[in-house]
Amino acid sequence: MTEQATGSHHPQGRARSTAPAATAERMTGAQALIRSLEAVGADTVFGIPGGAILPAYDPLMDSAKVRHVLVRHEQGAGHAATGYAQATGKVGVCMATSGPGATNLVTPIADAHMDSVPIVAITGQVASKSIGTDAFQEADICGITMPVTKHNFLVTDAAEIPRTIAEAFHIASTGRPGPVLVDIAKDALQNETTFSWPPHQELPGYRPVTKPHAKQIREAARLINEARRPVLYVGGGVIKARATAELRILAELTGAPVTTTLMALGAFPDSHPQHVGMPGMHGDVSAVTALQKADLIVALGARFDDRVTGRLDTFAPLAKVVHADIDPAEISKNRIADVPIVGDAREVLADLIVAVQADHEAGHRGDYTDWWRQLSFWRNTYPLGYDLPADGSLAPQQVIERIGELAPENTLFAAGVGQHQMWAAQFIKYEQPGTWFNSGGAGTMGYAVPAAMGAKAGRPDATVWAIDGDGCFQMTNQELTTCALNNIPIKVAIINNGALGMVRQWQNLFYGERFSNTVLHDGADAVPGSTQGVGSIRNRGTRVPDFVKLAEAMGCVGLRCESPDELDAVIAKANAINDRPVVVDFIVHEDAMVWPMVAAGTSNDEIMAARDVRPDFGDGEDD
Amino acid sequence: MSKHTLSVLVENKPGVLARITALFSRRGFNIDSLAVGTTEHPDISRITIVVNVVDQLPLEQVTKQLNKLVNVLKIVELDPTAAVARELVLVKVRADNETRSQIVEIVQLFRAKTVDVSPEAVTVEATGGADKLEAMLKMLEPFGIKELVQSGTIAIGRGARSITDRSLRALDRSA
Repeated sequence: MTEQATGSHHPQGRARSTAPAATAERMTGAQALIRSLEAVGADTVFGIPGGAILPAYDPLMDSAKVRHVLVRHEQGAGHAATGYAQATGKVGVCMATSGPGATNLVTPIADAHMDSVPIVAITGQVASKSIGTDAFQEADICGITMPVTKHNFLVTDAAEIPRTIAEAFHIASTGRPGPVLVDIAKDALQNETTFSWPPHQELPGYRPVTKPHAKQIREAARLINEARRPVLYVGGGVIKARATAELRILAELTGAPVTTTLMALGAFPDSHPQHVGMPGMHGDVSAVTALQKADLIVALGARFDDRVTGRLDTFAPLAKVVHADIDPAEISKNRIADVPIVGDAREVLADLIVAVQADHEAGHRGDYTDWWRQLSFWRNTYPLGYDLPADGSLAPQQVIERIGELAPENTLFAAGVGQHQMWAAQFIKYEQPGTWFNSGGAGTMGYAVPAAMGAKAGRPDATVWAIDGDGCFQMTNQELTTCALNNIPIKVAIINNGALGMVRQWQNLFYGERFSNTVLHDGADAVPGSTQGVGSIRNRGTRVPDFVKLAEAMGCVGLRCESPDELDAVIAKANAINDRPVVVDFIVHEDAMVWPMVAAGTSNDEIMAARDVRPDFGDGEDD
Repeated sequence: MSKHTLSVLVENKPGVLARITALFSRRGFNIDSLAVGTTEHPDISRITIVVNVVDQLPLEQVTKQLNKLVNVLKIVELDPTAAVARELVLVKVRADNETRSQIVEIVQLFRAKTVDVSPEAVTVEATGGADKLEAMLKMLEPFGIKELVQSGTIAIGRGARSITDRSLRALDRSA
């Protein structure tokens, strides 16, 4: 999926075309590492040096091609690599030392694994002779990250470094993308070796299938044209395969409704009349219901995640399933596929377009008129919406909606995890792929600021807004210092409701309004379980920390917005500042909830459009 | 529950066995038996895994997940009717002058071997399918089993075809 990695796909071919590059040179393993990073096209590395990785940082200082961004915590480096990868389509790179440096990367690696983001993490390891002795700053990072990487390598021989880096980038970026960790022993970095590029790759067990089976494609096309109530269920794979143009052609060719998952926002324009919204726990009523009532689901690069299906045994009971994915293990993992298609989403879509067209020419075309009548009813009757707080305070949804509306064209948005993430998914309109990043599978709080930093580093031309919660923000905001010092002027909206909002919402709905440990700005003198004062401006907590001062202390511009009157002006002011990072502390009403909602473990049939409002599906009727 | 025998060809590299066993445990599968060894090719190891699954679908899932491991070259499920499966047991049986000959008789019946004899015990070596070994152990049990060690199942398909051929070609291409 990336240009930078294509050079390493066919090492033999490249060897012929650039013969002089293959001449061998003597250098240290560390120099070979930096040369390899240059050769695979890595232009930005996020990291922090330390004992075991120190040898690598010496030649890194001299590299004219690789920019190193010194972060404040390795977790920031990992998420920045993810943000960079999602914004550029290239492989993101992060670097850390052994032991705690490496273990601090575990969360972003796990996050990238869940969301199939191509990153390469390079960690220093204690000297090979000390491995296994509980040496200072030793951690078995290959063992630790085995379940959360696509693959990992331990390198103890300097001569293996170029080949391993080439293989790591190849594995990370091809097939189903994912994180690859390369752990390099200190002595391998220090020892002399012969560097030659391109190295010879040895991956006999790695052969991703990208070309779909023709018979399955024909069968899928037949089902699409026979269906009365089809839905294209589009996941993040379509964005990763850069297949959004093909998706649009297929959608318009068939006339079928399209739903884009949290990972696929922007894969199909939100404004397109065939877009029925986002499915899932906080999806649109129209999208959730479309899947639920469909007679055919065409899943493209999606994985039937539990947040999408709700209770699996009641999910889309009437639907046949065509499931296309690059990863064969996703097919029939959760929902059995009637037509399994293993392949790259772009090739699948291209072939499907041809097959559907051929069917049309043969006179077979699906009639979805009745289906659209129903879909339009649900879409018009249960649109996304929110109430403005009666006390005149800011509604979080309103803040996010206005940020989206006032953002310059091609703005990239990164969200943390929680209510603000769902509102950012719901109330910002995504028209282009690669403009929305969030932690979908892992649900990693603290993702937004470092991911936005990585995105901005990779796309300095684009405006990057991080939509963050006050809980998330307090996990990783130190990377704003990195942004301020390295000319990475991101914009951060703190949707500050003084609480861990999504958890609080669940306590509100399912724990009898007992707000155990979710109010962030209360201190030790708070009355346990008290709901007194909730919603009143007077009792909005201590305002510790003061995010405006915190932002200023980190070299950013700090702004605050507390009332709807100032909202547009403050956003405009933030948009106008492009020489420094900007943090806006939006003080919002704490009782706002995310709707619609399918409660965890329940059926999608039980979707609630708002509190105590279950949509009318005409359940009595036989549809 | 049904038992399935998977032959997994892997690159002969450090840590590969850990990757495979960890995958089984994190995906919620129980390994019934496991045997690892080299093959006719020095760069390929063969892991024979017997796994107990409730129905066919999770087995398909674990096979697919195994296939995603970069060091895994090939996975074949061996059909018990078209494969030879063997285990090895070494069992130390309590024996005295009175019982020793009875034990030896049982050993001969099962075409096993006595590999060590001492005044108080006989050590028996036996190979065979799981059923045969179970039957033999049942016969030996009344004499008193002092110690038992058992290998994992290894298995190979019947006929002239080899499951390693194509993987070898893939290795040669990359080498």
